[in-house]
Amino acid sequence: MAGYCGNILRINLTTGNITKESLDPNLAKKFVGGRGLGTYFLTQEIDPAIDAFDAANKLIVVTGPLTGSQAPTGGRYMVVTKSPLSGTVACSNSGGFWGAELKRAGYDMIIVEGKSEKPCYLSINDDQVEIKDAQKYWGKLISETTDLLLKEAPDPKARVLTIGPAGEKLSRIACIINDKYRAAGRSGVGAVMGSKNLKAIVARGTGKLEPADPNTAKTVLKEIMEKIRAHDVTGKGLPAYGTSVLVNVINESGVYPTNNFQKSHFETADKTSGETLAEKYLVKNVACFRCPIACGRRSSLDGVEAEGPEYETIWAYGADCGVDDLPAIIRANNWCNEYGLDTISAGATIACAMELYEKGLIKPDEIDGPPLKFGSGEAIVEWSRKMGASEGFGEKLALGSYRLAESYGVPELSMSVKKLEMPAYDPRGIQGHGLQYATSNRGGCHVRGYMISPEILGIPEKLDPLSIDGKAVWVKAFQDLTAVIDSLGLCLFTSFAIGADDYKDMFNAIVGEQWTTEKMLEAGERIYNLERMFNLKAGVKPEQDKLPKRLLEDPIPEGPSKGHVHRLPELLPQYYKERGWDQTGIPTAARLTQLALA
Amino acid sequence: MVVEVRLFATFRENRFKKQEMDFPEGASLDNLLDQLKIPKEQIGILLINGRTATLDQKLTANDIVSIFPAIGGG
Repeated sequence: MAGYCGNILRINLTTGNITKESLDPNLAKKFVGGRGLGTYFLTQEIDPAIDAFDAANKLIVVTGPLTGSQAPTGGRYMVVTKSPLSGTVACSNSGGFWGAELKRAGYDMIIVEGKSEKPCYLSINDDQVEIKDAQKYWGKLISETTDLLLKEAPDPKARVLTIGPAGEKLSRIACIINDKYRAAGRSGVGAVMGSKNLKAIVARGTGKLEPADPNTAKTVLKEIMEKIRAHDVTGKGLPAYGTSVLVNVINESGVYPTNNFQKSHFETADKTSGETLAEKYLVKNVACFRCPIACGRRSSLDGVEAEGPEYETIWAYGADCGVDDLPAIIRANNWCNEYGLDTISAGATIACAMELYEKGLIKPDEIDGPPLKFGSGEAIVEWSRKMGASEGFGEKLALGSYRLAESYGVPELSMSVKKLEMPAYDPRGIQGHGLQYATSNRGGCHVRGYMISPEILGIPEKLDPLSIDGKAVWVKAFQDLTAVIDSLGLCLFTSFAIGADDYKDMFNAIVGEQWTTEKMLEAGERIYNLERMFNLKAGVKPEQDKLPKRLLEDPIPEGPSKGHVHRLPELLPQYYKERGWDQTGIPTAARLTQLALA
Repeated sequence: MVVEVRLFATFRENRFKKQEMDFPEGASLDNLLDQLKIPKEQIGILLINGRTATLDQKLTANDIVSIFPAIGGG
């Protein structure tokens, strides 16, 4: 069973039972692994309609068949659960080294059930698996928790995945962080872990993972590694400037949301760009497991070294809050990494609070911190800390922008889809990307089908971002391919340099299959439909395939995309048709049968 | 005619971030790139006033030209 360990680790925190189960190889391949396989088990084992904090919700930590392999970037794992933020299926994906370590310990996935009476953590050292007391770690920040758990680990080469105080206090925008700086960021997965009183999972594995066909694998992986190294984006741009090389291009294209999406161009964006970060604060590049790209940034400020900030973080705390103070953005990012908050949702929630404050909805006497004014570096730093600690008004912010805006009677001022805050691209000037936001199975997310690639960056070919022609076809294709890449356990950034055929070749060589590219993409479509079905059963209806009113009704006021709104009402029927769903957005029985999901 | 030229990422090395440049009427983006000695095969994204432009596109007074190598992220 090459590619898979064939083992599931089931941990019941209510009873303390630890069991090891076999993974059916045919089932594993049907859903590829990772995101697909995790969603299958979640769908089978929980009622999608339950509350995300109910002890009956499960937290599935799952790897892909290429995780831990020799494949470039093959270090990723995913956290699949029901989201406490959006109520949809959550699947948050992270790099670093933890995923490969779990796989080497001999497990494809961990299914965490129930709720521990007291704070605990899980220790995995190859065959030895224990639930241990974590009361002394509860309340501690991410870096200290990681250091202390490593001291206690039986092997210093162990890897730590943990939540911070935000997850413990059930912030619906809390993340899970592994290796101190790599985040399974979105959808509030850290709060589900916190609701189970599970502080951390420490993993150490010494097993070897051999491909099914070592000779073919060697040839295929070498070719793909060379393609990634030779490509201008993965071989030059990302290594030199990291993800924040995008700040200027998105801003120059007039689709850089500013002041909570009230504008789409930030005059002083260059002060916060990847170029400026490299010039002033970069110490060195950081790579995840078997990654030739090394887009991670080790940065230094005031004598403190930490990782980041990434592009989306720089946008959320920068332009979206009207802030061009890069040191303040670095400090806010550091608080998120320490408290365990998703930087996109955290920054975007502060941006929403700033609009509420400036419109007079949040009153000055309500808040116990700096004025929530657009442009305030002090505000983004201090409110991030207070949000992480759920302190004072920070507790309200920690619920995310939708619940915040709703509490003031203006949910439409939350720039979110399905309550998940949208990242750093204004849909009004990028029609395909807007359609992808509206239809993503986890809500406002850019990494479920990154249409910025063709619409702005011209990869694999340049599309007119303002046109809607053919966009439904592109969005579906990107969403399905992305489901495959995630489920394999690879980084999405590989897709700048390689295509669907390459993913198929790697899967075949490592797992020992003879799949066609069509079969691979069909698996992606199966996963996408499986997620959709979970959401429908959870009560997330097709009416939620929408964008905030502002993006549909208020034209972009200035800059290169001036005058445009998003044309979702025209695009959505085309998309449903392309997916083989009925006119109301429900997958048809015929399509589900075709995908072997009926 | 004067246009504003903005360079990004590696194109800034030994050049500039932002500069006003003077061109004769009828000059194209091709002419501008020749003058800056930017190899065309290195260009990833070329914008005039925020919209994608082609090499043969003529410049007009007060245009903002933004030039990027191939980049990605997210």
